[in-house]
Amino acid sequence: MRRRLRRLLRVPAIVGGAALVAVYLAAGLLAPWLTPYDPDEQDLLAALQPPSRAHWLGTDDLGRDLASRTIAAARIDLAVVVVGILLAMVIATPVGVLAGFVGGRTDRALMTVSDAALTFPSLVLAVVLVSLFGAGLRSVILAVALTAAPALARLIRSLVLQTAHLEYVDAARALGAGSGRLLARHVVPNIAGRVIVYTTLMGSYAMLTVTALGFLGLGVQPPAAEWGNMLATTRTYLGTAPWLLAAPGAAIVGFIFGLNLLGDALRDLFDPKLLWRP
Amino acid sequence: MGPFALRRLLLLLPQALGIATLIFVLFRLVPGDPATIVAGPGATQEQIETLRRDLGLDRPLWAQYVRFLGDLARGDLGTSLSLRQPVTQVLAARLGPSAALMAASLALTVILAVPAGVAAAVRPHSAAAQAVMGASVLALSIPNFLLGMILMQYLSVRWRLLPAAGTGGLAFLVMPTLAIAARLVALVSRTTRASVMEILGEDFVRTARAKGLAPRVVLYRHALRPALPPIVTMIGLQAGYLLGGSIVVETLFAYQGLGQAMITAVSLRDYFLVQGITLLYVVGFLLVNLAVDLSYAAFDPRIRYA
Repeated sequence: MRRRLRRLLRVPAIVGGAALVAVYLAAGLLAPWLTPYDPDEQDLLAALQPPSRAHWLGTDDLGRDLASRTIAAARIDLAVVVVGILLAMVIATPVGVLAGFVGGRTDRALMTVSDAALTFPSLVLAVVLVSLFGAGLRSVILAVALTAAPALARLIRSLVLQTAHLEYVDAARALGAGSGRLLARHVVPNIAGRVIVYTTLMGSYAMLTVTALGFLGLGVQPPAAEWGNMLATTRTYLGTAPWLLAAPGAAIVGFIFGLNLLGDALRDLFDPKLLWRP
Repeated sequence: MGPFALRRLLLLLPQALGIATLIFVLFRLVPGDPATIVAGPGATQEQIETLRRDLGLDRPLWAQYVRFLGDLARGDLGTSLSLRQPVTQVLAARLGPSAALMAASLALTVILAVPAGVAAAVRPHSAAAQAVMGASVLALSIPNFLLGMILMQYLSVRWRLLPAAGTGGLAFLVMPTLAIAARLVALVSRTTRASVMEILGEDFVRTARAKGLAPRVVLYRHALRPALPPIVTMIGLQAGYLLGGSIVVETLFAYQGLGQAMITAVSLRDYFLVQGITLLYVVGFLLVNLAVDLSYAAFDPRIRYA
């Protein structure tokens, strides 16, 4: 375990990516204590001010402090992505494990359902789900989970298929281990690492979905600050207040960059042949 | 390839039925019934009931399903409530601009990414190769709408080179295409590099070099073709992104395509138009996947299908 950790720590991309993601997680967790102003407090007399000493990233059209809103948005954006991906794992893990381990008719039935969901381009599915359930936080989380789950279930299934017939699993089976024990002791621990690698890459794609929905006005609704909906306001003021673009834009790019760096490096380490990407 | 292509084409029929069923299920069984959505928030209970009867939503589900399939087979997708014209007419008007945008994005991807990837594979340690890889990591981290806004900021607001929004000639196509293609260029150039590097290490390449062929000939005549399948796979895997990306980017640039129509339809609660556009997106996705499957057989002579 310790040797494995040391191997990870020798790859600069992993350390850099993990550090960057950690900064975002810390900002999200500590947001209420980090924001210099109340992120929702309006000051119309100070609207659309360029970066200054009082507001070091400037103010938006309603005079709200952009630095505070960007940090507050980190809390919401990260929470939506993390909860959405966790929900996807909760849905996909039993489906993938069951399909791969039991096989036969169960496998075919479960995979038909997941393939059906995969016939939709993921953002199209997200837009449809959000439009049917109504825009808002809960719908966005649901959209993230339901667009990520089918691909994740397929991946878990294929990993279980590869693992379930390895020699050591056969040996354990021959020694009389039951299905439950085989799964819990031998199959799941073996694939967990790779599943976590995929979920980091899925997280970066999920962030693209969440901010895109926010930008389209279908995601987290104002006045709550969310990077995507902050950028939607920016569009009107591109000519007059370009600094509105900088803070939320840089925040999104930094987070996705960190997660990609981490995910790609981990994938190269764990599964170099894999081409897949959400 | 003949019998495989035929089998794959025959598979389209059950797939189309599956898609129709899926859309029906998604749009009818999800909470909030269509009549309420169509009627809007201000409608009275009585108005909703009338609408429900008009739309045939008071009948049993199986009867609605049969009617839905029948309408579909006759090419009737209902009427757009906000535009007051048949959904199929709206789709026909919007398909062209979207198809042009996607085709332009794909063409730009192939033109930029394949040579860049090949160059990076031939000289993996050169500064140019490092630059290609670095740029690709950055391009993967920028959401397409953000890149679109940055382009808009410079190319139209500051330098006034291109129109900021709208549909029309080539000038309107430039920024949306760049915004969509960036991610594809990044992914495809990385894949091309990895694939070409792998092929360049193969025995048959060594043999070709050993018999004295010029490096160019080895690269273009022997190495490039077997390197293509992973590249095509990557493009196929990103087809969903291409379709979804058009929604966001068209909305940003007020480009009159399917995606922009979809978002307008969603905000106006134009239920049947959303359903029709969704159907068209899914069918488009299906056809792209079909094209990718068929192209494998064309590119790699080793691939045979049972």
